[in-house]
Amino acid sequence: MLLDYANVLLFLSVGAFFIVFNLFLGSLFRPNNPDPEKLSTYECGEEPVGGSWIQFNIRFYVVALDFIIFDVEVVLLYPWAVVAQEFGWYGFGAAFIFIVILLLGLAFAWKKGTLEWVLPKVDKFREAMVRPLVGQAA
Amino acid sequence: MDLRLEGQFNDNVIVTSLDYFINWARLSALWPMTFGLACCAIEMMATGASRYDWDRFGMIPRASPRQSDLMIVAGTVTLKMSSRVKKLYDQMAEPRYVIAMGCCATSGGPYWQHGYHVLKGVDRVIPVDVYVPGCPPRPESLLEGVMSLQEKIRHQTIAKVG
Repeated sequence: MLLDYANVLLFLSVGAFFIVFNLFLGSLFRPNNPDPEKLSTYECGEEPVGGSWIQFNIRFYVVALDFIIFDVEVVLLYPWAVVAQEFGWYGFGAAFIFIVILLLGLAFAWKKGTLEWVLPKVDKFREAMVRPLVGQAA
Repeated sequence: MDLRLEGQFNDNVIVTSLDYFINWARLSALWPMTFGLACCAIEMMATGASRYDWDRFGMIPRASPRQSDLMIVAGTVTLKMSSRVKKLYDQMAEPRYVIAMGCCATSGGPYWQHGYHVLKGVDRVIPVDVYVPGCPPRPESLLEGVMSLQEKIRHQTIAKVG
């Protein structure tokens, strides 16, 4: 029973040997001329600027989401505006509902405070979590 | 420990047999970098696709210079691009080869006289192995260029030179 696994062992060892041996063979014949230019980071031919592990503010993400509200609005309203006359009141109503839905989203985001870049020092969430506990203790 | 055998021995029967094998391996798998600069790139893509099919030569376009042996400079090299071309060539693993495809890459082509923004031949920044004339060259011409390069590789040697 255990001997059946000898096949697996054989495959593993032959596979490992094959790779190591061929890498060794290649190292005998391949040219090896490293220079700083060759080892530099590949950025499609551009000079890389700074490290790739830079940090940027997570709030840019929310700003991008806010932008999408207007982005989607413009993308759909432009073609709509071209044929607005032909669509008549029906088209006006449809666009109105569409804008209202987007405005609701914007109002929600505004209420959440995503349009504020400089946030207030007081952490409202923390306050809401801590105050009831303080009340209980007293 | 330096085990490198390149340039260690004089020409002998073992070295030449090894040469034959190594060169065969190298010329049978010339992986070009996807590097279309202008209209020649359209012909290059056609050469890679079904009708002309450079897969027959073992050529697979790679999107990274680390994995490519061959740079086909397909198109007009502007002065702005020339420093990038140089950098990309430097980043390729050796042995590396260059085919200058079309008149622009060879000599500046139609921009030779008045092209204030065009490099007059890519060989001013990187060494070129094969020049393929044409504006743009037909896929047959590019294949001929590839075969010329293969012929060139076939005569390389790892023996001591001189």
